[in-house]
Amino acid sequence: MSIQPILEVEDFSKTFMLHEQGKELPSSHSVFLKAYPGRLTALIGPTGAGKSTVLKGIYRTYLPTSGRMMFTTKQGQLTDLATADEHQILELRKEEIGFVTQFLHTLPRQSTEDVVAMPLIKKGVSRDLALEKAREILGQLNLPERLWAVSPATFSGGEKQRVNLARGLLAQPRLLLLDEPTASLDPKTTDRVVELINNLKQTGTAMIAIFHDMDLVERLADDVVELAPPIGTENFFNSDTNEVATP
Amino acid sequence: MSNEKVLEVRNLSKVYGKGCAKCFESTGPEHNTNICPHCGSIVAAHDISFDLYKGEILGIMGESGSGKSTAVKNLFFDEMPTSGQATFFDDGKQYDLFSLNAQQKRHLRNHRFGMVYQNPVLGLNFNVSAGGNIAERLLMSNLTNYSEIRERAIELLHRTEVLTERMDEMPKNFSGGMQQRVQIAKALATNPPLLFLDEVTTGLDLSVQAAILDLIMEIQRENKTAMIAVTHDLGVIRLLAGRTIVMKYGRIIETGLTDQILEDPQDAYTQRLVASAL
Repeated sequence: MSIQPILEVEDFSKTFMLHEQGKELPSSHSVFLKAYPGRLTALIGPTGAGKSTVLKGIYRTYLPTSGRMMFTTKQGQLTDLATADEHQILELRKEEIGFVTQFLHTLPRQSTEDVVAMPLIKKGVSRDLALEKAREILGQLNLPERLWAVSPATFSGGEKQRVNLARGLLAQPRLLLLDEPTASLDPKTTDRVVELINNLKQTGTAMIAIFHDMDLVERLADDVVELAPPIGTENFFNSDTNEVATP
Repeated sequence: MSNEKVLEVRNLSKVYGKGCAKCFESTGPEHNTNICPHCGSIVAAHDISFDLYKGEILGIMGESGSGKSTAVKNLFFDEMPTSGQATFFDDGKQYDLFSLNAQQKRHLRNHRFGMVYQNPVLGLNFNVSAGGNIAERLLMSNLTNYSEIRERAIELLHRTEVLTERMDEMPKNFSGGMQQRVQIAKALATNPPLLFLDEVTTGLDLSVQAAILDLIMEIQRENKTAMIAVTHDLGVIRLLAGRTIVMKYGRIIETGLTDQILEDPQDAYTQRLVASAL
């Protein structure tokens, strides 16, 4: 028996309507992809192909213009993330779908370990246990211990990225979205991240990740989806790919 | 958040003035006014509908005069709506808010709802001490034992970081931020499942704002209190609210997940509002 996808994105498109400028900005066009438990689907393609837009669409930070995103919940219920009730999306974000973005937005008065532990605390894990687990994963990601009790506000790009990853991986969601998770990490830390992502795969987490580094795609991806910029916008980005996204 | 509904509001409208048959069709964002050109009445809110769940903070955002406070004032019985329904779900019971009698309304206000106003003068009794303000609210509920009341007041002031040494002082001696903390302590006195926050940090120093917002988030996490936060401040919305309603000229023009409203606003007005953030 073949494994069933946890998420099936069908013909996803997103066009931004900028009212003030009276402009339409196409971002993603007709994207198809699937994510499977315990597997990683890599999203590749040139800048401007709408890769991040797809992830934000799945997380519902962006409202899709068209298409379906069929997600199978823990209870086995099939839900279209494009149209699901907002309360259900909030619940799924808390319990089942995680997102590691390229940027870390935290309050300057929140310590790094608190930032990492927060998703667990919100899930109902005791504060002490959540902090213990946070410290464990921060250690695994080579973040120096002297930084754990201070806010990540003044951290370097690579340090912030590790905090972001620690938080996303620790929550152990059923579906994890990763937007260039290792973009500003050194080779040694990247190896650690590869190891942690593979460990998380073993637990059954499905992942969709954006990579620019083909070496990482080789090491981590089980499936690869290549996106091309929406028709009519290719020239904006001097892209030489004209391939249509294939599942 | 759980899936327990705390509040259901349907088609709430509030008109100041005598009103006429053309009020609603001649006001709103498409007419750029909330003043009826036929009778001069003000349509402060029209056709407001939303749901609120346990542990959720719903943001209501809009400029001055958009009607965002009106909705909250009606739900807290400070005013009566012109039309519409609201149902409050509490402990397996349902209350049709706008058909309750005065005593039932008073009961909900005193026991089950909390309100924090922008202006502490509205939420606090300035003729009694900070501790007395909290005691007042506890007396209206079932607590009557003096030492128990005092103990609970100390606990609440401690929680909201008001120096308990100052609990016998009058609120007028306090700074704005401290008055706001006393107001929050008072609102929380009866552990209400529903809390209304009307521009609670507007006009306070940034450091004081941060502390008050942290306190509100902590309360949400620990007590699973459902809250409606009315504000014109995008930062407050971003920090507190999971979902956000955008209002203009008394109407809801957009509603969605807060990150979606801020990153992918659909309406031209919301796009302008978000673009003007500092």
